[in-house]
Amino acid sequence: MKVILDANQIKVVLGELTAAIAADVPAGMDIAIIGIRSRGEIIARRLSKSLSESLGKAVPFGTLDITLYRDDLNDPHGQDQPIVQGTIIPFDVNEKIVILVDDVLYTGRSTRAAMDALIDLGRPKAVRLAVLIDRGRSGRELPIQADYAAHKVDIPPSQLVEVNLVETDEKDQVIVE
Amino acid sequence: MAKNSKLKWNRKHLLGIRDLSAGEIEFILDTAEGFAEISTRSIKKAPPLRGKVVVNMFFEDSTRTRLSFTLAASRLSADIIDFTKKASSVSTGETLIDTARNIEALGIDIVVIRHNAGGAPKLLSRNINACVINAGDGFNEHPTQALLDVYTIRQAKGSLKGLKIGIVGDIAHSRVARSDIWAMTKLGAEVTLIGPPTLMPSCVDRLPVNVCYKLDDVIERLDVINMLRIQFERMGKQQFPSIREYSHFFGLNVERMKRAKGDIIVMHPGPINRGLEIESEVADGKNSVILKQVSNGLAVRMAVLFLVNQAAMREAKSRKK
Repeated sequence: MKVILDANQIKVVLGELTAAIAADVPAGMDIAIIGIRSRGEIIARRLSKSLSESLGKAVPFGTLDITLYRDDLNDPHGQDQPIVQGTIIPFDVNEKIVILVDDVLYTGRSTRAAMDALIDLGRPKAVRLAVLIDRGRSGRELPIQADYAAHKVDIPPSQLVEVNLVETDEKDQVIVE
Repeated sequence: MAKNSKLKWNRKHLLGIRDLSAGEIEFILDTAEGFAEISTRSIKKAPPLRGKVVVNMFFEDSTRTRLSFTLAASRLSADIIDFTKKASSVSTGETLIDTARNIEALGIDIVVIRHNAGGAPKLLSRNINACVINAGDGFNEHPTQALLDVYTIRQAKGSLKGLKIGIVGDIAHSRVARSDIWAMTKLGAEVTLIGPPTLMPSCVDRLPVNVCYKLDDVIERLDVINMLRIQFERMGKQQFPSIREYSHFFGLNVERMKRAKGDIIVMHPGPINRGLEIESEVADGKNSVILKQVSNGLAVRMAVLFLVNQAAMREAKSRKK
């Protein structure tokens, strides 16, 4: 087990991520932050707060449940049971720039499912992908890349990345096993 | 939100509430909450049952339940076949199992069955590979109705623990009452059956309920009141002197509502006989959740279709190994 980001480093990289996203927002455009359950939701909540401060206007925040859009629903791995928790997006996604947020970008399959789930809710002006950890391309299974990665590091498929966040776990840290 | 995520749903059939644990019931309700949002979208569809075939086998008339299952299945992207007794070869003497096996040979995944014989869904589940969902069997059970009832109560009251619930009317002929009794008591409510002795089931002393023959004796204490329809079509002969008298003693009218708790919720599984078991002003009044029950039924049935299919998928996968 190796800690690749501690609490302080997470704070720093999320700050940089906020600045990078804010710098890209075209004048007069509305952006919205949508997190993928469950860790992506927490990071999205933090980003919506920091972006609201840096842009000086409220950036709406929503949560996307991608369970019903997973491509392995009819081919379950082992005996793990998908849990449907529901999507909560209390705003109109049409004509907004939607920043889709996840904790780790690995195979790209969650992102694919999230895009399908999002498109069922409307037609955003654009969809961008922001992640805390981009594991690099060695495990990627779909043609998907992050627009914003707080931390990019090549991790081979033989290793596991675990993101702990203080909201659900004891502390902020990212570990590799 | 499904908090109880350690629980595993392993049933590929939903035959009744009696066999379910409180945890399983809550798991369905939590899952249903996640499905409710789909019906609020402009595109009311999600893909989890894409390529699956659901057949509605209704041997008895139904409006609400059949439409609700059809809509639930189509919102999950399944294909739906409708089977009705009148327009089928059942009239030629084909048995239930033969009919079902023939339909199954067409490649169906889920059977939703309503039948006038109690136990028909169970019999079917033992003889075909597809998932079986009971949409009402005889006087036995109507599990999805009970699930939408407790979902609606939980939505209004937060929890069923300690609630006093009255089920009023024709208990003897009501599968809804039976499923309700199991679901409500398992979730911690105290259930009182209210009606004339002739409309009480014969085994009532073996059910986990109180019995009361006068609505006026208990109306003040109830948090929830569920009014049942008199099922004249299931009675051999009328079980009480007159409709007017029944309505006088057991009907929910504006006068009686004045004595009830201010936040009592009024439920009815439908179809309503206005003026008989319930007065129009009450059915359409501020305490009524009758139409909410119908919309909640959709989310609950989506959850049930999803969960039985997932269990079937996992079973098929483990059989392959």
